[in-house]
This record gives sequence, structure tokens and C-alpha cells, in this order.
Amino acid sequence: MRQVDVELRNVVKAFPTRHESGQLVAVDNVSLEIYRGEFFALLGPSGCGKTTTLRMIAGFEDATSGEILIRGQAVQNVPPFHRPVNTVFQDYALFPHMTVLENVMFGLEMEGVSKKEARKRAQEALEMVRLHQAEDRRPRQLSGGQQQRVALARALVKKPAVLLLDEPLGALDLKLRKALQYELAALQETLGITFIYVTHDQEEAMTMADRIAVMNAGRVLQVGTPEEIYETPATEFVADFIGETNFLRGDILEVNNPFAQVCLDETLTIKAAFNDQALTSGSRVTVAIRPEKVNLFSATGPVKYADGTNESPEEHRELLLRDPDINLVRGRVLRANYIGTDTRYVVSIGQNQQLVARVQNYGLRSDTTFHIDQEVYIFWDAEHSRVLTE
Amino acid sequence: MAFNRSFGTAAYTIRQKKSGGLLALPAVLWLVLFFLLPLAIVFFVSFMSRGPRGTIVFPLTLEHYNRIFDIFFPVIVDSVRIALVTTVICLLVGYPLAFFISTRKSRRAQQIALFLVILPFWTNFLVRTYAWRVLLGGDGPVNNLLLSLGLIETPLTLLNTEFAVLVGLVYGFLPFMVLPIYASIERFDFRLVEAAYDLGANDWHAFWRVVFPLTLPGVVAGCILVLIPSIGAFVTPDLLGGTEGLMIGNLIQTQFRGTGNWPLGSALSVVMMAMVSLGLIVYMRFGGQN
Repeated sequence: MRQVDVELRNVVKAFPTRHESGQLVAVDNVSLEIYRGEFFALLGPSGCGKTTTLRMIAGFEDATSGEILIRGQAVQNVPPFHRPVNTVFQDYALFPHMTVLENVMFGLEMEGVSKKEARKRAQEALEMVRLHQAEDRRPRQLSGGQQQRVALARALVKKPAVLLLDEPLGALDLKLRKALQYELAALQETLGITFIYVTHDQEEAMTMADRIAVMNAGRVLQVGTPEEIYETPATEFVADFIGETNFLRGDILEVNNPFAQVCLDETLTIKAAFNDQALTSGSRVTVAIRPEKVNLFSATGPVKYADGTNESPEEHRELLLRDPDINLVRGRVLRANYIGTDTRYVVSIGQNQQLVARVQNYGLRSDTTFHIDQEVYIFWDAEHSRVLTE
Repeated sequence: MAFNRSFGTAAYTIRQKKSGGLLALPAVLWLVLFFLLPLAIVFFVSFMSRGPRGTIVFPLTLEHYNRIFDIFFPVIVDSVRIALVTTVICLLVGYPLAFFISTRKSRRAQQIALFLVILPFWTNFLVRTYAWRVLLGGDGPVNNLLLSLGLIETPLTLLNTEFAVLVGLVYGFLPFMVLPIYASIERFDFRLVEAAYDLGANDWHAFWRVVFPLTLPGVVAGCILVLIPSIGAFVTPDLLGGTEGLMIGNLIQTQFRGTGNWPLGSALSVVMMAMVSLGLIVYMRFGGQN
């Protein structure tokens, strides 16, 4: 059993609005367990409550109801300056009237560390983020990336139990952001400090985090590893927010574990995996399929193998259908966009449904590309079509 | 984009045109004619002698400066002391007030509060100072209130004291302290306070280590705006101080009134200006770096 560093129990945060009696529920009954030493991301669009959640952990906002525990201690009445957490703020909030070194020393001086000792430790922290040569400069003389590092050093020098990061890379350009993502993840691994990282950038969360909580409209929709979130999204929102997804609406025909038969229209029934929800026949559901999980082959020309042998489409189809856990439908290419590493096809299936497929351009162009109006077969593992909860 | 670019072309910004200097010409003329020239005259006259019936005559002399340091030195010290106390009181009252106003959430509440701070300017300063004479008089509301509360037996002598001068000066110059401090707190980024809390600072440390240093420009501006006119004040000490609160401004005024002593008045003015300028130079050398 892993140790829990931060725990949220049914936390609600409601802000009063201008209208009397009106209130805005920014965080709606959120419960989370964040383990010691883990890189945890709070991911969601702006206004989803992720920053408010972080601010409640830091102590800048009080929860309207519910409990927050840091290392097992309820922190409701603990002011921010007595919590064992430190924050890297969005836009850094460095003290403009202090030098870089003074900024980093500030937190140690507040602890009552002697000036000499504080200076030594601050210099070590700056060395860790490779900014020791800039210790006498003012924050405004630094680039965005350097300021970000100062903010990091200023928080880490306090040796917090938990480091809170509020979109710390948001103000930087793409290339620098990418570089710092890996740097941050590596730093976290070395230090072993629990990181709680707020971001709206799904790629950032996927790259760095051990686990991700996807939030929307004040609620946590799903918590899991990047892989779990991507491969088995719980809700339509999660599937849509992270990566591209096809959503197909249909009715449950029957449920025989591990797959459900979903009728998309009179001519089209597919097998789909589902989470632990109870499904009843006849209920209307949404099925999600990732475009890159879908494969195509021509319905009119031969299928070529790497060793030079050919197969007719019908033969290939028969071969594939021997696997009972495969979905195979016929369709027609509506659009094709060559993107480089892969080609994105929009294919019409059934009576009036569309499916996006991304096919890797691994071979010669002519072998893997299909043209508009071409008749094709589309197949994918039943496991990759998932019935969503909402 | 093309639209923006044509406007952004550096060669056509007004700042870089040579004719831009023309724009400053009226102000420059005004300052030369009505500020620098009179200043030079005052400086010159301060070295002249006083003739019969207040005329200004040669020879040049240092007599007035000698007199100032022999006789009027205590008045100058008093003036500076009263001005400093006024400034400190204005700061102690004005900073919290400015802080209160600038941290109101509603923009409208801020505007109303600022309006109230400026409201006294709508009435003539002389009238307001006379009003203080009434308020502080032996039979005035202040004494009546204290009497009726039984706090005092006989009316206090409030008028014609240094206390009355301080009350009048603080009242008159408080807005000059509040407004610049308000402006600097308004600009202050309160997320820095959160950062300070986050790093372990309590309210006290967050204020003195972060808020105060970053609003110091407003404090300095306010102090200069209060200190300088306080040193030279003459209406307030004249009306509220009587003989007790005599300040350098009163002395200067007396020298220029009727058949006074213009050279002495000029010398007093020069001394006052020298003190104020010296103060500003010291500030700019040592205090203005932040």
C-alpha cells in the first residue's frame, strides 16, 4: 500500500456570485488520493476547477465543505505559511525588488535560517536549476525560462513535502516547453518529491505525469495513468479532451462478456468493450474508437504482403474474421489528408455514419494510401471500441 | 497586419521628429518667464540692502543671511520639524486609508472613496482653514463635545497652538499622501503576497518584505508632496497657529507685506529652497535607486 501525501475528501468550493443567493460551484465534490513521490497532473480546460483545487491545497482558498489532508493532517485551519507545501505560480510571481538569490533565500529566512546558511542553500538550489551564474540579477532581466527556474528553485529550496505547480510552463514557447517538460519530470524523479501539476495541455500531462485526474465543470471525471486515460476513457469528455476520438451512437443489442453488441443502424452492428458499468439491452450508448486503432484495406484491389505475395480482398477478409473479437465493416473513403507520419481518412460506414482513421505511412505511398470514393474494408479489435459511461 | 506595420514605422513617430521640440516651446517659455527669471531676481535681491521705506538698494551684502542664522534659525528648525511631523502623521493615516481604498473589490466603491478624498478641494482652502478656527475655538464644537461628555472642566486652548497647525496641515495635505500611495498599491500585484505566504511569511513579513518595498515609490512621492508645501506653508500657521505656530512661510510673507524687507524675505526664500533642494538631492542619490 503506497503512502498518501495529499487526500481530498468530498471537497466543494462555491464562490458567491453577484446575484444574491447565487453561487458558482468551482469544485464539485472532488475526492482524490495523491501518493508520496508521484507526479500527479490535474488536467482540464480553463474554468474546470483545477487551479481552485490547487489553491485549496496551498491554502489560498478555503473549501466550502469537505476535507483536505496533507500527510494525514487535516489542514482546514492551517494558513498557507504553515503548510508543508510550496507553489510554483503561473507567471512565477517572483519578487521584482529582490535579486534572484534573495528571491530564493526569502523562504529560508522566513523559517529563521541564518543568513549565511540561507545563502549557501539558496546557491545550491540555483545550481540545481543551473542558474547560479545569474544570482545577482533581477527577475525582469531574465528570460521566461530562466524565471521559471528561479520560481522552481525558490519553492524547492524549502524542501516541501508536496510541490504545487500551476501551469508553470504556460507562458513559454513550444520548444522551450518541450525541453522543460522532460527536465521537470527528471528533476521530480531525482528529488522524489510529490508534484501536483495543473495544466490544460493534455500532451504535457501525458508526457510528465504518473497519474492524471481529468476535470471538467468542477468534477473529476477519471483518474488513472496516462495509458489508462487514453486507452480506456470513462466518459465522452475524457475521450474527446485527450487525443482525437470517433464517437458512434448506437443501441445495446445484447451483452455477452467481455463485449457488448452495439447496433449503430440497421446495417451495422459492432462489438464493443465496456468499463465496469451495468449495461442493459436497448439502452442508447456512445462508443469511442481511436482513429489510429483502425486499419483499412482496399475492397477492390489485392492486398499486398511484404514478402511480395498477394491476397484478394475477400480472402483477406475471411482470414481476419476467423478472429471472433474483431470488428470488420465495409465503407467508402470520403476524405483523405496526408499528414506525413500518417494519413487521416474520413470513411463512411453503415447507412449514415462516419469514422476517422489514421493510417501510418509505413510503406511506399501507393501501398498504404487510398483515394477518395474508394471502397474499403475497415477493421479493428473489439477491445478498441469502448462503450462510454456518459 | 499591413495596417499595423505602417503605423509602427519608427521614422514617423512624433518622438523622433525634430519638430517635436516645438511642442514643448510654450511650456519652456512659460517656465523661463515666470519661474526661472523670478527665481534669479529673488536670488539677486537677497544680496541687496534694504533702503528707506522698504526700497531695494546697493551695496551687495550678506547681512540678511547672517541675520537668518543668528535670529531666525529656531523658526526654520520649527518649520522643518512641523513639516516632518505633518508628513509622518499623513503617512500613518494615509497609507492604511490608501490600502483600504485600493483593496475594495468593487471599482465603484474605490471611485466613491477617492472622490471623498478629493472632495474638500471643491471648497476654497482659506474657507476650510477658517472653518477649523470655528471647530477648534474656545466655544467650538470640539470643546463643547468634550465639555458635555464631562471629559474636561474648562474649554481647552486648541486654537493658536502648534497642535492646531498640525491639524490644519494634516487635513490640508492628506490627499497628496493618499493619492500617490493609492496609485502604487493599485498597481501592486497581490499574487506576490500569496507567493510570500507560500514561502512561509506571515502577514507582518509579507507586508514589510514585499508590499511595502514595492509600494515605496508611492510613499516617497506622497512624502515629497506633503513635506515640501508643509515647510513653506503660511496660511495654516497664520490662521491656526497665531504666534505659537510661526513658520518660515509666515516670516517670508511678513517681509514682503507693506514696507517690509524684500531682501530679507528673498534671503529666507533662498534658504528654504536650498533646504528643500538639498533634501531632494539626498533622496535621489541614496533613496531613489529602488
